[in-house]
Amino acid sequence: MVADSFDTSKPIYRQLADQMSWRIIRGELKTGEKLPSVRETAVEFGVNPNTVSRTYSEMERDGVVETKRGQGTFVTDNQAVLDELRERMKQLHIEQFVREMEAMGFSAEDMTAGLQQYIEKRGSMQ
Amino acid sequence: MISVNQVSKRYGTKTALQDVSIDLPPGGITGLVGENGSGKSTLLKTLAGLVRPSRGSVQIDGTRVTRRIASKVAYLSELDAYYSFYTVGDMVNFQASQFRDFNREKAQEMLAFMNLDPSVKLKTLSKGNRGRVKIVLTLSRDAPVILMDEPLSGLDPMVRESIVKSLISFIDVDKQTVIITTHEIKEMEALFDRVIAIKGGRILDVADTEDIRDRQGLSVVEWMTQHYSLPS
Repeated sequence: MVADSFDTSKPIYRQLADQMSWRIIRGELKTGEKLPSVRETAVEFGVNPNTVSRTYSEMERDGVVETKRGQGTFVTDNQAVLDELRERMKQLHIEQFVREMEAMGFSAEDMTAGLQQYIEKRGSMQ
Repeated sequence: MISVNQVSKRYGTKTALQDVSIDLPPGGITGLVGENGSGKSTLLKTLAGLVRPSRGSVQIDGTRVTRRIASKVAYLSELDAYYSFYTVGDMVNFQASQFRDFNREKAQEMLAFMNLDPSVKLKTLSKGNRGRVKIVLTLSRDAPVILMDEPLSGLDPMVRESIVKSLISFIDVDKQTVIITTHEIKEMEALFDRVIAIKGGRILDVADTEDIRDRQGLSVVEWMTQHYSLPS
């Protein structure tokens, strides 16, 4: 339901663009693959179809998807754009991580050491 | 598409609507939100031609609204009135006989979507399933205007969710202009293109929902609470 997937005090079309980008980066939607129709996505996320149209055109403006007349909307096959999207998502997640760690009073050293430790521990468990 | 010009409605000494003016473009889903007794239902009935304004006028698609506007307007009442001997299928047939824009194919599709058996008598249905039947009857009309009075009211969460999904699936937001009154703002706000806040029979504000989130950083619930707390 809507209440679970979105923060309703922020524009939904942008949060939906983030979710769709997430699917593309994770490979759930592959290069050149057709996106679900506006209606299908609207039903899945419980949002207005106009919101989905806005999301798709926003993603098209960023070059992440392409609309082919009468056929639908497709993930771009331009790998450079997808790499850039992936890089942007990485930055976004790092920024969020750092902001939250800073809010808890951790220094840059604490963060990098903590990350390093966690990754090593996780690597030894796998 | 819908134009309300300085409409007031009084019942005896009680004022239900006070100098209401609204202009809605064609298409999209509008939420009409406000507390109990704010005038939501009266305004919706005025648009449906079921309530005559004491002053002012209402036009839909260039036609002055009277009871005959029903040919252009599909109205979902908050009341639950039906013939107890009717089956779901009888009700669909009755609705089809009343409205030329009734789309039987869509009705079949919606009944299947909602898991409703046409041969079952309405009186044996649960309240939730009767709520679903009402949605089917209303949305099966290819009407340019759809007005729904509290479509989720009194229904349990699962039914509410399936109704919200059916609205998204079966409303054509490009061709149909939809107005929905609701208390369940949180559950419906992602459906609304715009919202109208009403209090004490007066319009407080009309706003694009994504603008509210983008420019004010508020959810529709917060936006309405803010408007309601201002002195009127």
